[in-house]
Amino acid sequence: MKPAPFDYHAARTVEEAVALLAEYADRDGRIIAGGQSFVPMMAFRLARPSHVIDINGIAALGRLAVEGEVLRIGAVVRHAALETLGCAGVLGRLLSQMARLIAHKPIRNRGTFCGSIVNADPAAEWCLAAVTLGAEIVAQSVREIRVLGADGFFTGAMTTTLAPDELVTECRIPLLRDGTRFGFDEVSRRAGDFAMAAALATYRVEDGRIVEPRIGVGGVEPCPKRIAAAEARLAGAAPDHRLFAAAASEAAAAVEPMDDGEASRGYRQRLVRAVVTRALERSLS
Amino acid sequence: MSQKLEVKLTVNGRDYVLSLEPRWTLADVLREHCGLTGTHLGCEHGVCGACTVMIDGQAVRSCLMFAVQAQGKAIVTVEGLAGPGGELHPLQQAFIDHHALQCGFCTPGFLMLAHATLLESPDIDDEALIDILASNLCRCTGYKNILAAVKTAAAVMKARRRQP
Repeated sequence: MKPAPFDYHAARTVEEAVALLAEYADRDGRIIAGGQSFVPMMAFRLARPSHVIDINGIAALGRLAVEGEVLRIGAVVRHAALETLGCAGVLGRLLSQMARLIAHKPIRNRGTFCGSIVNADPAAEWCLAAVTLGAEIVAQSVREIRVLGADGFFTGAMTTTLAPDELVTECRIPLLRDGTRFGFDEVSRRAGDFAMAAALATYRVEDGRIVEPRIGVGGVEPCPKRIAAAEARLAGAAPDHRLFAAAASEAAAAVEPMDDGEASRGYRQRLVRAVVTRALERSLS
Repeated sequence: MSQKLEVKLTVNGRDYVLSLEPRWTLADVLREHCGLTGTHLGCEHGVCGACTVMIDGQAVRSCLMFAVQAQGKAIVTVEGLAGPGGELHPLQQAFIDHHALQCGFCTPGFLMLAHATLLESPDIDDEALIDILASNLCRCTGYKNILAAVKTAAAVMKARRRQP
């Protein structure tokens, strides 16, 4: 339960961090941000980086601000900062609701939004939010700066398209228009545990009809995803309980759940129906 | 040879200058190098909360951060709760009064969690407090008494603030 030896580098600037990554990436040099998943992995020796590059001292990465039509979340912005986010309108309220379900407060005081995205746990709230809301991920290396869509960024459990020498410097989430309704729900065995299924729903209502529906499901397949069939069921219809139940059925039919010690395939399928229904019901309150 | 770094930690207002391997967690360094064994290590992977300390006013798992990362920060451990003359902190007294500990292993973590919580939200309501206390594990299942103790301490601390 003790991490293996490594050399420690405290980067002061993004340029320094990516230069260190370029130098050490091929020797399993790794970035540490909040470390709330990475340190346990090191303690279990599932991760044995030879070099650890600490970005916590890079002031520029602590930025959390609305700019134009997007919320920009720097690489060392903690979950707790999103929990008490006072800006970004509807999006801010949505994120602060989701943040409260991430692990426990002492973990949220240290863990970061961008770190969660890079860690790519199938059950992570932020990965679900990123995919559902069409976030962009900014990846920097000594070679280039890439802006990646969250859709396609996650390629499997704990796996992304990020190159070993790339540092995620920030995530950008488009603001939600005033009047956007949203709901989030997840099921876990104990408070703060990983979700066995989670759903995020957003839509607007124009002339009594649903427009721009988004339904995302996480914790079910190796990567979070939007459910086109459920969105199609909602689009253009009047929001009511029967419609929500029908959309939830579409979602349950559209997933191929993981089967693991935590929850069986069949159970997860039933959870999808439940969390999508509840997320949609919450959008009414 | 593993790298060793000279690190200055400020714990309970006192400076410790130490030569540390970067892989050593803050929890291990507090116990093994500062001699502050009040901070307990249960699971060593961030689940149990026994190692909770306060860093710059916030509750943090000391097993989930490396000691080198805590340089320049104000660290408070359970040893920093009591007053200079050894008088117990209201939280410590309330834990005794409400029998909020049985084996006591989880107690330092709960005290630091509660301390940070009451500093941040002195008027925290029951629902939020229960949610916070779920952060840590008590295997003796003494949660009811822990909740009662923290609520009592919150009231005592508030009364003290009113009459300086």
